[in-house]
Amino acid sequence: MNIFLFLFFIIWLGGWWINIKISKFNDPNLPRFIVPSLFGMVILLMWELAVIGLQINPILLPAPSAIALKFSRSLDILWIDFVQTLIKGALSGYILGCGAAFLTAIAIDKFNFLKRGLLPLGNFISALPIVGMAPIFVMWFGFDWQSKCAIVVVMVYFPMLVNCVQGLELIDPNRQDLMRTYSASYTQTLIKLRLPSALPFIFNGLKICSTLALIGAIVAEFFGSPIKGMGFRISSEVGRFALDMVWAEIFVAAIAGCLFYGLIAIIEKRTTFWHPSQQK
Amino acid sequence: MISVSDVNLTFETNDGPVNALRSVSLEVNEGDFVSFIGPSGCGKTTLLRVIAALETPTDGKVIVNNMTPDEARKAREYGYVFQAAGLYPWRTVSGNIKLPLEIMGYSASEKEDRTRKVIDLVELKGFEKKFPWQLSGGMQQRASIARALAFDANILLMDEPFGALDEIVRDRLNGELLNLWGRTDKTICFVTHSIPEAVFLSTKIVVMSPRPGRITDVIESPLPKNRDLNIRDSQEFIKIAQRVREGLKAGQTEDVF
Repeated sequence: MNIFLFLFFIIWLGGWWINIKISKFNDPNLPRFIVPSLFGMVILLMWELAVIGLQINPILLPAPSAIALKFSRSLDILWIDFVQTLIKGALSGYILGCGAAFLTAIAIDKFNFLKRGLLPLGNFISALPIVGMAPIFVMWFGFDWQSKCAIVVVMVYFPMLVNCVQGLELIDPNRQDLMRTYSASYTQTLIKLRLPSALPFIFNGLKICSTLALIGAIVAEFFGSPIKGMGFRISSEVGRFALDMVWAEIFVAAIAGCLFYGLIAIIEKRTTFWHPSQQK
Repeated sequence: MISVSDVNLTFETNDGPVNALRSVSLEVNEGDFVSFIGPSGCGKTTLLRVIAALETPTDGKVIVNNMTPDEARKAREYGYVFQAAGLYPWRTVSGNIKLPLEIMGYSASEKEDRTRKVIDLVELKGFEKKFPWQLSGGMQQRASIARALAFDANILLMDEPFGALDEIVRDRLNGELLNLWGRTDKTICFVTHSIPEAVFLSTKIVVMSPRPGRITDVIESPLPKNRDLNIRDSQEFIKIAQRVREGLKAGQTEDVF
């Protein structure tokens, strides 16, 4: 048996052993990041050793070290792609789509007859297949990030709308009556009661949409884009069998997605600390 | 102060109309402490909500401070304390007390002054920065009363504010409420289903009975305005409590027909 495969099993068993130790140790003072980072390190090491030991073709699965090397050497390209796809395409579409959905939800809440018309329409839009819409939007809005932004808007609009409408519908009759006894105006009730109580739902929508926006912006580039962007890079590098670059792009997308989701989760914790779901 | 004459209220439900109030008439004078007592379904909460313009009677006339109830609501003539404290969990105790002041457009310094004053009044000093879910039920209800006292309404409508509290806390809060009433000259309408609570607090006890909700007896209490919990052992107190009990019983027997 070759040395790499031997090491592979050593690392596997070693990781297992440490895991058992930690679970028995059960110290609440142990930093929370230790367990997941240990897990990640073991996986990466096993991956590396398996690829070398079994001499796996780098087109099928490049070693993590190869991906890291490619990543560090292509920082400039990755940065250009990141800005093009995630900042210009995904983020702008996310803000526009979620913002529009939020405003629509408030309009629906204010004028009940809109609900029967707009909710099914939103549902219809969300059911449109992205592979059909993307080429059409490229025709309409051009090859650059604007068409990707439009795709993201279409993708995030409905989930955000449904969550916001649901949150605004959630009325505690007591608290509503209280506002009535103060003879509070519609706007005062909305700002001081309805929106704060809808916040947990609004954040649910924002979290779901954060991943949708990411996926939408990348996939949309498969249907026409300038010669930059993460989706463009992935599809063209696959054509050149440069799978290490594809993995590097995936790595960027994963990191950016986690950070963005985490950022929203932190804001959520800060603003909905009072909700039972945030209390332990 | 508050005058209710010949008020009927019928709710349309899926099981047909429900007669929540039938020919209810009542006078509440300035500075009165009026209790509405009766079994559930007798319309005592509905009557309070009619006075607060949270329900509209089917017919009859209600006058609050020489206005219709809805005008009185818009003029912020009353403070309402609900059975559930109903504090906003995203606001601190003082934030909750400031809520009506914010809505009514008080200046920042006045908000501070009034909040401090009512927090002292309900003895919640030191808890201003706490969130409602960090407080006991009794403290939450105190904060809720403080919120209703923060603005200058001379009527206080209270819907079983101590209904969910244990007897020890309830006795204490009853004493404090009387004390507060004595110091502020407010007119209080108080819904309860506890006979001792009604007799202990009130200058006027309104006994109600269900199906249809109506008033069966109105008792003017001869007890002095300044009283403490010991008064509950006095002859007079027991006599009034007896009369309330009989009123409640009479309402029940009529129920057969």
